[in-house]
Amino acid sequence: MSEDIVLKTTDLTKHYGGVHALEGANFELRKGEHVAIMGDNGAGKSTFVRQITGVEQRTRGTVVFDGTEVNFSGPIEARESGIETVFQTLALADHLDVPDNLFLGREKTKWNWLGPFRFLDYKAMRQDTLAALEKTGVKIPNIHNTIEKMSGGQRQCVAIARTASFHSKLTIMDEPTAALGVQETEQVENIIRQLKAQGEPLILVSHNMRQVFDLADRIVVFRRGRICANLDIKTGDYTGEDVVSYITGAKTGAEYEGAA
Amino acid sequence: MSDTSHGTGGLKFDKTKKSWPSELNVLLALIIIIVIFEFLGQVLPYMNDQSFLFDTKDRFDSIFNEARLKIIILQVAIIGIIALGVSQVIITGGIDLSSGPLVAATAMIAMSFGQTELVNGFANPKALFGPWAMDLPVVIPVVIGLSFGAFIGAINGTFVSYFKIPPFIATLGMFLICRGIALWWSSGNPISFPTAQFQAIGGGMMPVSWFLSLAVIFHIIMRYTVYGKHTYAIGSNEEAARMSGINVKRHKIMVYMIAAMLAAFAGIVLSAKASTAQAGMGEFYELFAIAMAVIGGISLSGGRGSIIGTVLGAMVLGVIRSGFTYIKLDGSYQLMAMGGIIIAAVILDQYRQRNKV
Repeated sequence: MSEDIVLKTTDLTKHYGGVHALEGANFELRKGEHVAIMGDNGAGKSTFVRQITGVEQRTRGTVVFDGTEVNFSGPIEARESGIETVFQTLALADHLDVPDNLFLGREKTKWNWLGPFRFLDYKAMRQDTLAALEKTGVKIPNIHNTIEKMSGGQRQCVAIARTASFHSKLTIMDEPTAALGVQETEQVENIIRQLKAQGEPLILVSHNMRQVFDLADRIVVFRRGRICANLDIKTGDYTGEDVVSYITGAKTGAEYEGAA
Repeated sequence: MSDTSHGTGGLKFDKTKKSWPSELNVLLALIIIIVIFEFLGQVLPYMNDQSFLFDTKDRFDSIFNEARLKIIILQVAIIGIIALGVSQVIITGGIDLSSGPLVAATAMIAMSFGQTELVNGFANPKALFGPWAMDLPVVIPVVIGLSFGAFIGAINGTFVSYFKIPPFIATLGMFLICRGIALWWSSGNPISFPTAQFQAIGGGMMPVSWFLSLAVIFHIIMRYTVYGKHTYAIGSNEEAARMSGINVKRHKIMVYMIAAMLAAFAGIVLSAKASTAQAGMGEFYELFAIAMAVIGGISLSGGRGSIIGTVLGAMVLGVIRSGFTYIKLDGSYQLMAMGGIIIAAVILDQYRQRNKV
């Protein structure tokens, strides 16, 4: 296997009882590559993401991440090995401020001999938060405001800055801009461009054709639980219409003939 | 996640909209209540121009009526100790109803190891155990009492986090169990005549010292330590806390244990202060402790509030109780007024939740 492959799934399959939500997904992601996953509702996009991040246990197939075969028992284990996920439902604590949320569960501390009562190093966390926000280009006027007082876009930016600030080996975003306005979407897209510039690989689940063509190197289309196209949009000559016809089933990628 | 699309939609943010800490509301309420009693003291015909909080008769060296100030805080100090723990439980989104009976059960258990052998030269008439349990160093009853509290708290926490029993039900069960233990321990008989050392735990203004020093310690813990941060995070968004790698189950057990140990300590202080332990002690304490927390701005939906708020909430209850005595209205009015204030505090909390102020 090639050295620069970050993630590779082989025959990844998930059945919910009799429902074949995901069937034999073979997927590869190379270092620094941004891949968009598209498909209709129920096509298996989120199911695919849930198998990789350990939120659910797959029915069959293998996942190789960072050179080793992995079997995550849960999202925490996935994150510990370097997969950061921004879920559709943001995992933020509403009553806490930005640094608290960025460092939730991995606080910077001092006087560690105090065990659970070890003290928080607020100063270090504030500095790192400012650095992380700068790195991602997020502008939040007052990082000591609680999340509940922020707009949807700011929340999304905090959630993304959180993943970006921990040197993850792979970032997965599940429809990060679905609930956002135009300006906010733009800010999130800027963060994604920053990640690209820093060479961090990304899987982006999105319905937004313009966004995908703007941001991604490659589009993988899911249809009825199977991957039906793998389009290199940076080199190949594809249009939105092509993608739509793959999504709807009017076309199927040559190498996926025989798929649903 | 609740409403994620409120606001103007842009990234503009009103920097001037500084948050108004809820503690200031409680402080304001406290001052208003004091002013009302002060005013009533001046206008009510039977009051002889007596002041509520100020030393108008020059009985003390300060401008305040020190005796009343002491009574106000002394009569809420022991329940206040419980409230410090209950506040933490409520911040995680839970509730602890077992603290009142736990006070009684711990008082009985601790006092039975804190008795003195000879009372005025005669054998202790209320002795529960034989001479082996008499005149023990004070550390023994205290450690036994706190251990019992920790054990009860661990059970509460385990039921809540591992068996997914709603905190209300789990601690309601423990409420009855602890009252039963308190009655069973000495077959309903009071346990009295503690050692001088044991008595000293609750002597004079000691309950106030315990309350205030524990309040300072837990204020620091809740605001500046990982324990505190995780407690808030769990109450704010338990799912997010779990996703962030916080061991939510273990943390909840720890919170319930700390709350129960504080209630157990309150039981020790109470029995030391009264020099006796009785199975009926601590009646309604759990409710008053919850009331202090709620009045102090601890949100019943979790994630919000502070120890400073709880201390102020305790002061509000103390001032009301003392104020009604001052204007010579009996306990029935006190209870009605406290009930009204608790409801008002919850209404205010819900208003804050809706408006996110």
